[in-house]
Amino acid sequence: MTSPIRKGTVFAIVQNLISVKIDAPVMNKEICYVTSGKTNERLMAEVIKVQDKLVQIQVFESTRGVKVKDEVEFTGNMFEIDLGPGLLSKNLDGLQNDLNKIEGIFLKRGSYNMAIDLDAEYEFNPTANVGLTVKAGDWLGDVKENWFEHIIMTPFKLKGKHTVKEISPKGHYRVKDVIAVLSPVAGGDDIEVTMHQKWPIYLPIKAYKEKKRVFKPLETGVRVMDTLNPMMEGGTGFIPGPFGCGKTVLQHVISQYASADLIVIAACGERANEVVEIFKEFPKLEDPRTGRKLMERTIIICNTSNMPVASREASVYTAMTISEYYRQMGLRVLLLADSTSRWAQALREISNRMEELPGPDAFPMDLTAIISSFYARAGYVQLNNDLPASITFIGTVSPAGGNLKEPVTEATKKSARCFYALAQSRADSKRYPAIDPIDSYSKYLEYSEVQDYMKKNISPNWVDNVLLIKNYILRGKEAWEQINILGDDSVPLEYHDIYWKSETIDFTFLQQDSFDKVDCYSPLERQKYMLELILDICKARFEFHGFEEVQNFFKNIINILKQMNYSPFQSEKFNDYKTKLDQTMAEKRISGE
Amino acid sequence: MSNQAFQKVFTNLTTITKATCTVQAEGISNEEMALVDGMPAQVVKIIDDQVTLQVFSGTSGIFTNSEVVFLGYSPRLKVSDELCGRFFNAYGEPIDGGPIVEGKETEIGGPTVNPVRREQPSELIATGIAGIDLNNTLVSGQKIPFFADPNQPYNQIMADIALRAQVDKIILGGMGMLHDDYLYYKSVFDNAGEMDKIVCFMNTTDDSPVERILIPDMALTAAEYFAVEKNEKVLVLLTDMTLYCDALAIVSNRMDQIPTKDFMPGSLYSDLAKIYEKAVQFPAGGSITILAVTTLSGGDITHAIPDNTGYITEGQLFLRMDTDVSKVIVDPFRSLSRLKQLVIGKKTREDHPQVMNACVRLYSDSANAKTKLENGFDLSDYDKRALDFAKEYSKNILAIDINITVDEMLERCWTLFGKFFGKHEVGIKQELIDKFWKGE
Repeated sequence: MTSPIRKGTVFAIVQNLISVKIDAPVMNKEICYVTSGKTNERLMAEVIKVQDKLVQIQVFESTRGVKVKDEVEFTGNMFEIDLGPGLLSKNLDGLQNDLNKIEGIFLKRGSYNMAIDLDAEYEFNPTANVGLTVKAGDWLGDVKENWFEHIIMTPFKLKGKHTVKEISPKGHYRVKDVIAVLSPVAGGDDIEVTMHQKWPIYLPIKAYKEKKRVFKPLETGVRVMDTLNPMMEGGTGFIPGPFGCGKTVLQHVISQYASADLIVIAACGERANEVVEIFKEFPKLEDPRTGRKLMERTIIICNTSNMPVASREASVYTAMTISEYYRQMGLRVLLLADSTSRWAQALREISNRMEELPGPDAFPMDLTAIISSFYARAGYVQLNNDLPASITFIGTVSPAGGNLKEPVTEATKKSARCFYALAQSRADSKRYPAIDPIDSYSKYLEYSEVQDYMKKNISPNWVDNVLLIKNYILRGKEAWEQINILGDDSVPLEYHDIYWKSETIDFTFLQQDSFDKVDCYSPLERQKYMLELILDICKARFEFHGFEEVQNFFKNIINILKQMNYSPFQSEKFNDYKTKLDQTMAEKRISGE
Repeated sequence: MSNQAFQKVFTNLTTITKATCTVQAEGISNEEMALVDGMPAQVVKIIDDQVTLQVFSGTSGIFTNSEVVFLGYSPRLKVSDELCGRFFNAYGEPIDGGPIVEGKETEIGGPTVNPVRREQPSELIATGIAGIDLNNTLVSGQKIPFFADPNQPYNQIMADIALRAQVDKIILGGMGMLHDDYLYYKSVFDNAGEMDKIVCFMNTTDDSPVERILIPDMALTAAEYFAVEKNEKVLVLLTDMTLYCDALAIVSNRMDQIPTKDFMPGSLYSDLAKIYEKAVQFPAGGSITILAVTTLSGGDITHAIPDNTGYITEGQLFLRMDTDVSKVIVDPFRSLSRLKQLVIGKKTREDHPQVMNACVRLYSDSANAKTKLENGFDLSDYDKRALDFAKEYSKNILAIDINITVDEMLERCWTLFGKFFGKHEVGIKQELIDKFWKGE
């Protein structure tokens, strides 16, 4: 891959697209550096097209000050990121620069660094023996990275079978030290392996045995997701919603409480202050499952909206590649990307500048293909050593004008299996999370593997209960429409009963206060308890004389249930409210199944 | 933009279009400023020795042998304390008859703040308006626009807020502003005796529309000087961003770019983000807060300009005429401040978040009741109480001509709760009810 360094010169400049003259071979997607003669800054760029002997390169930064005849140096490599111990808890930009290593308040153009410290020492513990036959991605040993065993693997680029010729004994080594030597079974030169390897971000890492159908729910602590539209380990989902509907808050909540081993957050073209919130709060917040700080299981890839557009495209791939690296170690990785629309817009800007014929809304024609092959990199896999591992991917989509028929949403709908539609109407009436209970879906509820798992591990009638509660919500909506058309007095009292039962579900189960210490995270056990309690209310028959009585009764019930949501599960306070609820119900109840 | 040494002069113009001209030249750098026949222009494209310039005021009167003087720098501003109290045009030249400002030459549209070096915004900016302080609290380092119809009094409100806010500098960037409005701001600032903390960059309707695209960067470069070098709290007012976007559309159209939704350039999101993301809280104490105006056409927020803006800014404020009480209010439904969570209940009283939500929910119940009423249905007792609540809430708390503290706002809310509702109807945590409830 490493052809010698070749040099060319700038011929034309249009925004961040530069044409280069060069008398040497050039690879598509090759990385090159433009040296701005004026300031001597080296600007990173990528070959995106070759036309009429001119090489078109896309510069990852502003081209202000670049002149014709400035020098361009071609490196011979595609854009590759560094993989190895030391990525955990890092704040990286879209091109994998460690933001904390960059000095000064402002991001100076042309400042790049390496996210991994090659001189850092780790204690290596070999697990493979000399003589073992290995393939790409097989485990050789491990080192301790923060709290977990970071597996050192054979290079993912390894072709064919190799034999372990040498492996270093237990001891301290630097990341760049050779810790194993492999020799190809088919003959050839030996390969030295260090803890560090590189991988081109646009290619998926496929060093596993097989990809399987998902079956195991991923807990997020968000009731309307876990119970009504569950996400699976290795599943894919997306959250479209107009601005102001709580996309980002929802993603933050998921990133805090999801039952994953590692969270990779790709802040792609979004607000800097939102990322700052993660920077500042994650080191303080605790993971409710392990008690460790959230930051210890998080990697942030941050390319905010004011950072260069071209590296925005790279940022989602960087995040995915890092996720794949950790998946290879047998971890359950959750990748969150906010927002994939910004990524699509970056693709649009680039395609626009290249003067390609546009597709719908000026997006590139192959947008759907690009999005679906990205979503396809998630999944539940069986590694070479038969251990399970997964990447769950949830992306947000910011549909232009809140219109779910726009190209990015449409394209994503074809690739993602869970759809969490955020509704403007719910956000307007502050019913958060604004996930629409009727439009949203999880295709996984239909998987027989998933149903079996839930029956066995949650409760035998779990799936039936979920469908039942969805039915109550739907009936409530129909009743509400009738009440609205005919008026409170002109509909049978039963309509009010149905409507208010659905409001009870809405206020006490669908809605969740993500800013309350207790309510923000609801474990599945608690969800199950509340679901059964609310179903009991829905199934009960009450005696009412007039619709105002119905309203008052259910408002009371809602109030008590909400107080329960705010109280720690099974605490004294919680149980007191439960008693109060039973009393209130008993007053009006005529029968109940 | 006076002539200086090291300037390159060329006279062979090969193309002249409505807004751009192309000159044969060498050694020119991208985005460099130039004077074409004395008129300001900027390099937008270079192909070999063909340099295309965007002439801000249009190309009428340019000869094929007009003199093109390249200035060797991209647009810049001289920053120093001398900026205070002064009015400038889009190129940073004084328009108030005062002397030229001396200071450090700074390229406008400078680099991005490293996100890990940002501080989390945490300081409340009090405006005295309940629609903002109570429901959509403004935080220093925030960026938030008013989404307003052209006939709404947004300029007055902006001026009010600017003068009430406890900030060190106010920087006004006017784009396509009516000359009358420009004079209005000038006199309001003058009368308040606050001229020494104001810096103003102005493009009025009398000036060329394309020049406007320099205004936000000029204003923000000045803001960065005060926030970074002086650690001051700076409030930047940008009005009207819709006209800025229109200017972008004109430029992209002239550059033969493929337009996207609503004829806007495909880079609109990034262009706006570059401006709004300059809002920041620095660790050393300085901050830039951006308050902008985006005028809507017919209240349509799905148009590309407000839509892209909404995805970038940290919330938006809507003005609405409440016909029931004949007052302009900040609409509690559609307005949003995303950063309010950082201060409400933390820098303000603990009951703030829940009181705020309860009010909005009850106000929304009143809207439902109103619909019922309009459709000719009977109102329940609750509906009637909600309607009465809404009227008083609108008139005594939300109206923009009321100027009170946050604590006073909260007190007034509790009074209304006690007056119209039972404790179980407000949906507030029991502990807070026990502490603050007024009435029996």
